[in-house]
Amino acid sequence: MEIFDPHSNINFLRWRKISVALSALLIILSVLAITVRGLNYGLDFTGGVLIEASYQQPVDTGEVRSALAAAGFESAVVQSLGGTRDISIRLQPKADPGAVQQNGQIKVDKVATDIMAALKAKRPDASLKQPPDFIGPQVGAELRNSGVIAVIVVIVGIMIYLGLRFEKRFAVAALASEVHDTLITVGIIAAVQREFDMTVLAAVLAVVGYSINDKVVVFDRVREIFRATRKAEPVDVLNRAINSTLSRTIITALFTAITMAALYLFGGPAVHGFAITMLIGILVGTLSSIFFANPILLWLGVSKKDLMPVTKENPELARRP
Amino acid sequence: MTDFPRWKYALVAIVLALGLLYASPNVFRPQPAVQISANRGATVDATLQKKVETTLTQAKIPYQEVDIAGDRLLARFANTDVQLRASDTLRLALGDEYTVALNLATTVPGWLQSIGAHAMPLGLDLQGGVHFLMQVDQSAVLVKQQQRYLDDIRSVLRDKNIHYDSVVPSGQGVQVVLRSSADRDAAAAAIGADAPDLVLTDRTTAGGGFALQANIKPDKLRELAENTIRQNVTTLRNRINVLGVSEPVIQQQGESRIVVELPGVQDTAQAKKILGATATLEYHAVDENVNPLEAEKTGNVPPEDRLYHMKSGQPIVLKKKTIVSGDELVDASQGYDQQTGEPDVSVELNSAGAKKMLDFTTQNVGKRMGVVYIERIPETKMVSGKEVHSSKTTEEVINAATVQGVFGKRFQTTGLGQQEAQTLAVLLRSGSLAAPVDIVEQRVIGPSLGQDNIQKGERAVILGLVLVLAAAAVYYKLFGLVADIALFFNLVILIAVMSAIGVTLTMPGIAGIVLTLGMAIDANVLICERVREELRNGSTPLASIRAGYEKAWATILDANVTHLLAALGLMTLGSGAIKGFGVTLFIGILTSLFTSVTVTHAITAAIHGGRKLKTLSV
Repeated sequence: MEIFDPHSNINFLRWRKISVALSALLIILSVLAITVRGLNYGLDFTGGVLIEASYQQPVDTGEVRSALAAAGFESAVVQSLGGTRDISIRLQPKADPGAVQQNGQIKVDKVATDIMAALKAKRPDASLKQPPDFIGPQVGAELRNSGVIAVIVVIVGIMIYLGLRFEKRFAVAALASEVHDTLITVGIIAAVQREFDMTVLAAVLAVVGYSINDKVVVFDRVREIFRATRKAEPVDVLNRAINSTLSRTIITALFTAITMAALYLFGGPAVHGFAITMLIGILVGTLSSIFFANPILLWLGVSKKDLMPVTKENPELARRP
Repeated sequence: MTDFPRWKYALVAIVLALGLLYASPNVFRPQPAVQISANRGATVDATLQKKVETTLTQAKIPYQEVDIAGDRLLARFANTDVQLRASDTLRLALGDEYTVALNLATTVPGWLQSIGAHAMPLGLDLQGGVHFLMQVDQSAVLVKQQQRYLDDIRSVLRDKNIHYDSVVPSGQGVQVVLRSSADRDAAAAAIGADAPDLVLTDRTTAGGGFALQANIKPDKLRELAENTIRQNVTTLRNRINVLGVSEPVIQQQGESRIVVELPGVQDTAQAKKILGATATLEYHAVDENVNPLEAEKTGNVPPEDRLYHMKSGQPIVLKKKTIVSGDELVDASQGYDQQTGEPDVSVELNSAGAKKMLDFTTQNVGKRMGVVYIERIPETKMVSGKEVHSSKTTEEVINAATVQGVFGKRFQTTGLGQQEAQTLAVLLRSGSLAAPVDIVEQRVIGPSLGQDNIQKGERAVILGLVLVLAAAAVYYKLFGLVADIALFFNLVILIAVMSAIGVTLTMPGIAGIVLTLGMAIDANVLICERVREELRNGSTPLASIRAGYEKAWATILDANVTHLLAALGLMTLGSGAIKGFGVTLFIGILTSLFTSVTVTHAITAAIHGGRKLKTLSV
């Protein structure tokens, strides 16, 4: 079975001005979404109020969730504490606007009163188990710092590798595409205000991996065609590279997307954010492999002579007549 | 086929067999059990076994097996409900002499365990675990600061020749009583210049004296408290790493509490010992002018001194002033004294500690210096129906050695038994605690909690796998089927490797497995597309296979090396959820390199080798 015409020769680079302009626009919009609208950080990042309640009769976490949702606390995280009667509820202070004082301080007791009212409305046998408490964000300052360092080290590592195996222009183009894919993925999450928690962060970093993987495959073909053709016009070479890897680019994206869809459908709420982020990232990464990475490469002035394997000059041969 | 050597077939067969073997323990579900271990004075023996069996029979609780494993007793049950009932019953029946804890007993056959094949440990989200709430003793921070300023202020006043009546801890700081208003002004100026973190206010004592109240600035106290929490979080993290628990949650809660969640750990006693015990060292000068025996008999100890006891019970009088304390230790390791061969602990100090130690030893060569070993064991007692938390502090002089020479940063402490030296070194290395921590709440999260997540995760993995298998078979026909076999083995080997190195499986980890399945097929897509291309260019089938694999390999290598670098970044990020995901991805990329390329090549070569082919099913 083949979906793609193996002899396709679509001139993708003809639209490079439009596609790159579109990418630039999306990047600007993403940056705006992230800075102006802001990310809807999850409990992992913001910390929140922890309330432990116990019921006299066994209770189901779904029941508690619906009781909270009815009172407008949809984002609360409900967990069973082992057994069937004790549950813990964690929620961000902003979920209860009445409890946030003007100076930004949170009235933990007020949150607890509101939550208990919501629970009792549905089940009168609910009671507060112990005084409510504020839990600090799981993503501490040290982690955030080490995260930034790790990302920088990874990017530098990838660029050095690409610079050695390919050529510096490829490294720069890969970096540009990487930034493009990551920013737009995060931008979309900010735009639709999906909760940004640890699993979403993990997915964003996985998108970095997926995206670089995708670009390298196309770049690899670019290098191969440059080396194999005698008179190689960069535009033609890049177009041929995109066309001949097109089938692979899309099939791999589809296969990966299938698994992420399965994860979304069956993995439960704990991995929803992860699966959605990956799906967005796969789409953005695939499009940028076709429409963004190569125009950048072209503008950076990639040429055949930069890619020829370095042949060791033999001084012995040079001396011979 | 000639271009696929025989040894590679052997390699593929061996790796696949090992993969199946080491992945297999995951099929055996752990069994709910109750673990009973003896506290001091009690023993785990056949009598206890008998007692447990009769207790369970009398309470009509069906048990599957009660056996002794090492120094503990395990009673296994059919499900978690029975397990919970049994643990309540047994806890009542056995009393304080034994620790009764919920546990998950492995059902992996012994011969598999003996070759190191274990099931993957499951995270708190998948199987429950223990949850501790720990309270940091913030008042100890203040006391320590007061002590520090007492010493500082005394030495400042002495240096400036300002006479004072007393310097005592008071309120949020220290109170100095002076003899005149002029002295007070001079003292205020001197102290203000020396310690900018103090707020100085003039006071009048009850007797009309000139007092100066030096309070530690609230900002400074808050900063100290925050540092204490942060230091404790780091210390606990290191200690838990020593315990071998992966993906623990160590989180600040409120102003002075720390939440610790240890997935997979059901043995609270063991965890509590490591978390709860705090040991630190303090170095004090020995007061040689006081006869310790006399002091013990009369109770007459100079105010700047304190009576301690040696391990042997012998009294010793040390100066109260600490030369160097535990929080100035950077490292401690157990080794052996080069001359005597006795176990010792090598201690390294930070620069502040080193300076103090250098100052002290410079002036006191030939004099003795005592090492006080302070251990705090948290205790919970029931007093008139309420839980009361306290802690038992034991202070012991483990060594009083003559200062042999001037030293600063590094030195050795001897006088410890082998076992003690090792324990002390471990506890000290974990970082010495600036303020003591007590466990105020502990909870075992039962294994029923994660059942739901496990089911969901399993379903997602199976569905993802089946969909990709079907898609590959439809799109690449025979080559797709070969890729499918490889993909299946990729899952097996990935699980085998994760099990063998003991990666804790969490929901993000499962997400990583599903993602790996999707991306592992990429190598096969690359190969199949290449083979198709070669066929289109008019190569013979066998030549197409060979060229397809050869050409795709370069691409696969580049793509995977860069992808590995990205996964490495995720791994080193260090946080629970992300790390587990990164580790899974990293291993997945490595295993997929092997299965997608080597394994499929072996199968393809076996199918097509030595046959005259007109077409390929790709």
